[in-house]
Amino acid sequence: MRIGVPREIFPGEKRVATSPDVAKQLIKLGYEVSVESDAGAAASFSDSAFTKAGCTMIGSAADLWANSDIVIKVRGPDEGEVKLLRAGQVLISFLWPAQNPDLLKTLTERGVTALAMDSVPRISRAQKMDALSSMANIAGYRAVVEAAQHFERFFTGQITAAGKVPPARVLVIGAGVAGLAAIGAAKSMGAIVRSFDTRPEVKEQIESMDAEFLMLDFDDEDGSGEGGYAKVMSEEFIKAEMALFAEQAREIDIIITTALIPGKPAPRLITKDMVESMQDGSVIVDLAAEQGGNCELTRAGEVIRHGKVTIIGYTDMPSRLATQASQMYGTNLRHLLSDMTPQKDGQIVVDMEDEVIRGATICKDGETTWPPPAPKVSMAPVKPKVAPPPVPEEKKKSVAGPIIAMLAGGVALLGLGAVAPPSFMAHFTVFVLACFIGYMVIWNVTPALHTPLMSVTNAISSIIVIGALLQISSDNQLIKWIAAGTVLITSINIAGGFAVTRRMLEMFRK
Amino acid sequence: MINAGIITVSYIIATILFILALGGLSNQETARRGNWYGISGMAIALIATVLGVVTQHYVILMTALVIGGAIGLMAAQRVQMTQMPELVAILHSLVGLAAVAVGFANFLDAESHFEGVEKTIHDIETYLGILIGAVTFSGSVIAFGKLSGRIGGAPMLLPARHWLNLVMLLMVIWFGREFVLQSAAGGGIEPLIVMTVISLLFGIHMVMAIGGADMPVVVSMLNSYSGWAAAATGFMLSNDLLIVTGALVGSSGAILSYIMCRAMNRKFLHVIAGGFGTGGGTTAAAASGEQGEVDPIESEETAELLKGAKEVMIIPGYGMAVAQAQHIVYEITQALRNKGVNVRFGIHPVAGRMPGHMNVLLAEAKVPYDIVFEMDEVNEDFPDVDVSLVIGANDIVNPSALEDLDGPIGGMPVLECWKGKVTIVMKRSMATGYAGVQNPLFFKENTRMLFGDARESLDRVFKAI
Repeated sequence: MRIGVPREIFPGEKRVATSPDVAKQLIKLGYEVSVESDAGAAASFSDSAFTKAGCTMIGSAADLWANSDIVIKVRGPDEGEVKLLRAGQVLISFLWPAQNPDLLKTLTERGVTALAMDSVPRISRAQKMDALSSMANIAGYRAVVEAAQHFERFFTGQITAAGKVPPARVLVIGAGVAGLAAIGAAKSMGAIVRSFDTRPEVKEQIESMDAEFLMLDFDDEDGSGEGGYAKVMSEEFIKAEMALFAEQAREIDIIITTALIPGKPAPRLITKDMVESMQDGSVIVDLAAEQGGNCELTRAGEVIRHGKVTIIGYTDMPSRLATQASQMYGTNLRHLLSDMTPQKDGQIVVDMEDEVIRGATICKDGETTWPPPAPKVSMAPVKPKVAPPPVPEEKKKSVAGPIIAMLAGGVALLGLGAVAPPSFMAHFTVFVLACFIGYMVIWNVTPALHTPLMSVTNAISSIIVIGALLQISSDNQLIKWIAAGTVLITSINIAGGFAVTRRMLEMFRK
Repeated sequence: MINAGIITVSYIIATILFILALGGLSNQETARRGNWYGISGMAIALIATVLGVVTQHYVILMTALVIGGAIGLMAAQRVQMTQMPELVAILHSLVGLAAVAVGFANFLDAESHFEGVEKTIHDIETYLGILIGAVTFSGSVIAFGKLSGRIGGAPMLLPARHWLNLVMLLMVIWFGREFVLQSAAGGGIEPLIVMTVISLLFGIHMVMAIGGADMPVVVSMLNSYSGWAAAATGFMLSNDLLIVTGALVGSSGAILSYIMCRAMNRKFLHVIAGGFGTGGGTTAAAASGEQGEVDPIESEETAELLKGAKEVMIIPGYGMAVAQAQHIVYEITQALRNKGVNVRFGIHPVAGRMPGHMNVLLAEAKVPYDIVFEMDEVNEDFPDVDVSLVIGANDIVNPSALEDLDGPIGGMPVLECWKGKVTIVMKRSMATGYAGVQNPLFFKENTRMLFGDARESLDRVFKAI
């Protein structure tokens, strides 16, 4: 199948959905890759680099869209691009279905299979495809770089012959992926970094980056919402939080805010008063500008001066590091595609049984499939993939085997039925059904639990003690003592089996 | 005391509880509950039977229950986690022994009256119950001996062993016929005893012929047999609870064996037929000619490598269990994680001597199970791994399984640690693994060998960290 990579036409968008390195990997998966001329120019990937990687360059966007089975993009398609899509085509890009219901509707109507990179579920297995995290990482780094650009002093403290320079003080609000990246970047430039987050569990992460976690004196209100994101906090909490920021604002040189709550406008954390209380020459970088901004004065997409304070509201941070962003986004895409190409033969399979692909697919074959069913929140390790697809030749060889076996089994059963008395057949029915129940129940067992499972089945199989109990009341001395011995050894098994299983299970912990 | 209807209902409840127990055990979150289901099911079945069926000899019964229970509890408390396979094997043998005993007692019980076809079927059921029970018993005892090191792990291969098995099978069938005929005439104890002896020999011979590396399959296979023995006894006694429970255990054990075999890419029959590694002698000898140089490493340098890594994968094998090194492994893991190193564990499905052996050991050392991964989950991550630490494992990291498809372990999925940046293999010597195959991993350029006892080496590594 052919993957098409069009040039991004959104104004100011410099990223591209693949890099020459990534394209090479896609070709290894069995795909043909076409790239629109100059698609990578803004991200410093030349057409010749793509050609060298084995891609076909196509001059016109219309041709590219028309001849591709799969289109991969960064931004969602605009009105013009949507018209180029045809039924059966696969589109993979950021789509934000919640924010763009119209786009979702149009895509569904056109019969496109669309996968939204922003809807990839946040589970460990899908981390390698989590483009939101990789873009947030870049945004966090770039936020520091932008701040440095507008901050007219060193980040690191120095004592020189020309005087003493204090280190810059940076406050990072919201320690998600972007926040942590910002902490890392600022720290490595030598600044003193403090950070605040409503979710107490990130304290450790912040401290692991060598930054100072700002504690809020407050009755343990936990700000963690679903999927590791933050949630809306109570009024008193916000009050206390604002007081903390107001106090910090006076001594902080650079504030980087990254506070977002999924599906809600960004919380207002930095008021006009706080901005005015900051020292001259301070910088605020508002990474939440697109969602309305964490700072009251932020204007999305612009850098403004309020008094002596610079407020940066760029909404295209990842695009400002276009080469890196394209490479990482392309790699995320490649991971997704390689999961969707199980045979490595260039044929894409949209497997709706796969939790990750199911989550990312927002429409398929004319039907809207967004939002996906709630993800299973399970602490258990991911189940092993069931039987790898058998090799074709093996299959051919063995077709006759099972049929013969089944026939033989059938004949044997019929023969048994012909001679056996009904009472035996009743027991036999129970026996066969129980075998199948055992099969069904055990098939999906987690490998980690094989040992406990065995010891518990072992304990259960000592149900054979019932046989001894039926005999122990016999008047025959020999039978009585045999039965007593049997009870003794099976009760070793019962007690030992269950107790050791319990002991093992107690040790399994998260 | 209580009527038959109530007993039947109790048995149904017990059956349901057993099914729930097995279902519960298939998942970490429900496993503990599953165990309690099993305990309650057993308790209900026991109480109903004691109250409903037993009419006298209560003192003997209770004494046996209490003594047996106490021994069982003590064994469960005392056993080391590394000895789990032995314990499971010896417990299996008890079920087999019980099946034999119940079968004989039932045969000796003159009260049972059957006529015609029913008599024949009943006799066949008795015969089968004792047969399976005896094989389970002797097989488990040998498995116990092999696992605990009392008997050598290498497969014992008698000449013409397949013929021997066949002869034993035919003899068992012939004596079965004799037994049914004599039993109809009122006798039959001699053929029954002869058959029991043959079955015992058969069980011994079968497990003796299976090599140490196939022990996980053997243990789960014996588990399955103990279930079938219970089911056959159930037929003999016309007791549905025994039939159902036996069938549940039997089929679950069979599936576990199948899963193990698939993990080793071997046919179940081949494992049972025994002789794993017999074809390996020549291959190993041929391969040894083209060995390269091994590159040894010291504990201190290992510590440096680990500290400098971002991604560390620990691959434990049976050697970790032997050296009891799981606790020090976890201490190292913690120390590294505190330094921000991402440490994970990659577990091969057949690592160790019992299905899930490594998971149990790591759990004992309190390693959280969310950093313990299965082979399929981590295999493609190896290119990003900075240091792979192989502790006492050999065959499960052998690249020749993928390269030399005709070799004894050809086609077995392995942990592809050589794709990472550096692999450190901890071993006592250059001896081959149970499969008897030379491991080309040791001679790869990015492989370093840390010789010595796993625990002592790791202690030094830990100090250096």
